[in-house]
Amino acid sequence: MSQATLARIFREDSGRVLATLIAQLRDFDLAEEALQDAITEALRVWPKTGVPDNGAAWLLTVARRRAIDRIRRSSVRNSELTQATLLQLAEDSDQSEADFTIPDERLRLIFTCCHPALSPEAQVALTLRTLCGLTAREIARALLTTETTMNQRLTRAKAKIRDAGIAYKVPEQTDIIVRLESVLSVIYLIYNESYSAYEGESLTRTDLANEAIRLAKILRHLLPLPEVSGLLALITLHNARREARYDCVGDMITLEDQDRNLWDANAIADGKKLLLHTLAARRPGPYQIQAAISALHSESPSWEKTDWLQITGLYTALESLTPSPVVSLNKAVAMANSGSLPQALEIVQTLAVDLSNYQPFYAARADLLTRSGQLANAREDYRRAIDLSKNAAEKAFLHGKLDDLG
Amino acid sequence: MMYMALIYAKEGYQGEYDGDMMADYGKFTQDAIAAGVFSAGDALHPVSTASSVSVRDGKATITDGPFAETKEQLGGYYLLDCKDLDEAMSWAAKIPTAKYGQIEVRPVMVFDT
Repeated sequence: MSQATLARIFREDSGRVLATLIAQLRDFDLAEEALQDAITEALRVWPKTGVPDNGAAWLLTVARRRAIDRIRRSSVRNSELTQATLLQLAEDSDQSEADFTIPDERLRLIFTCCHPALSPEAQVALTLRTLCGLTAREIARALLTTETTMNQRLTRAKAKIRDAGIAYKVPEQTDIIVRLESVLSVIYLIYNESYSAYEGESLTRTDLANEAIRLAKILRHLLPLPEVSGLLALITLHNARREARYDCVGDMITLEDQDRNLWDANAIADGKKLLLHTLAARRPGPYQIQAAISALHSESPSWEKTDWLQITGLYTALESLTPSPVVSLNKAVAMANSGSLPQALEIVQTLAVDLSNYQPFYAARADLLTRSGQLANAREDYRRAIDLSKNAAEKAFLHGKLDDLG
Repeated sequence: MMYMALIYAKEGYQGEYDGDMMADYGKFTQDAIAAGVFSAGDALHPVSTASSVSVRDGKATITDGPFAETKEQLGGYYLLDCKDLDEAMSWAAKIPTAKYGQIEVRPVMVFDT
């Protein structure tokens, strides 16, 4: 049995085991340490005995015993809460690992990690650490930051959960839709981070994307609401294009210029099937609409043949649900492509103040200006876009556009 | 757990409040008492009445004005006894000033004796 096989088993099971441990121990750090102890033990024992039938239950049982040891050794063992925890743990440990199923506490864990009282960065980090079982080092690599920064971020977030009394629970029914927004946005952020994740190291773009899809699947299993399925459909459809998204040196290729033969037809079929099933519930939301836009792109043989009229309609719907200048910009681009160039330019001009530091705004306006023959203004916008771009490949792409104007 | 809800707003913007603020504060306080979460609460005089003091090398220096010049000023507080942050935030959201200002919620530190 290879270390890699074991690592994969631990990664699969750790979120579930940790979620249960936190519920029993009421302490993120203690739960993580106890799980780490159990994994160390498994690495020692399993290669000799083989992986037990119920590996997760084995890990939970061992982790509980180690947690009891740790609590007994620690100085706070006499507090009332600790005594109660010890008693509870001792009762639970009496069961053998074979005859119990682990309750799935991951919903409590995900809502706690994605509590809006934590910063979005902390929400992402905690979710990757606890639910996905990634190490601080792996998360730091994936999010292009240092391990020290990541450890600090995790430590602070856990301290806030403890000190500010963020409860380990699924929100009340009345709050669940609002609270779900931050959970979904964390999963979507993790997926989007996969675009910029560091290549060639232990954690690649594909890994982060897979973690996001896994999280969305877990969430959908535990909380089958239309927007959860909408998010899963959206990232499934986006991810179907991953092979076409980068050229041979790893630079990003825009949707317009992608080789559509490289798209994953099976993933597109899965995403579309899920989306159609979800839309049938007639409870639309931002993720379902974005998935529908993505599905229309997936269906089209080329950029030119895309159903821009329907995409414009979907952006209009998205705009009314979640108004933002970026959504309006996308709507305007779709309008221009569906043949309403003057109206599109008119909308774009109204966004100039709000998006004055947004590189894609200048690139998009430059394109619309070029198409309407206002070349001097288009050149100015391309120059501004180049100034704002932080990415060498993107700068090169924009320079090319600028040069085309002569 | 004990939470301090600190009530911040731009002074003189009470006019933006849609309703009878005094009556609404009265009702909020009564509701909090009835629910058993009210522990204390007060309103403060405007920041123009604030004085600050600091002591350096044993010497106290008194100055006019608040600790920090900010747009939003501390105007009052509630001390709320809630089971967790979610409960504290849902009470804080009912404080009338939340409609045009900001309520900062902080857990009160408990020292082991």
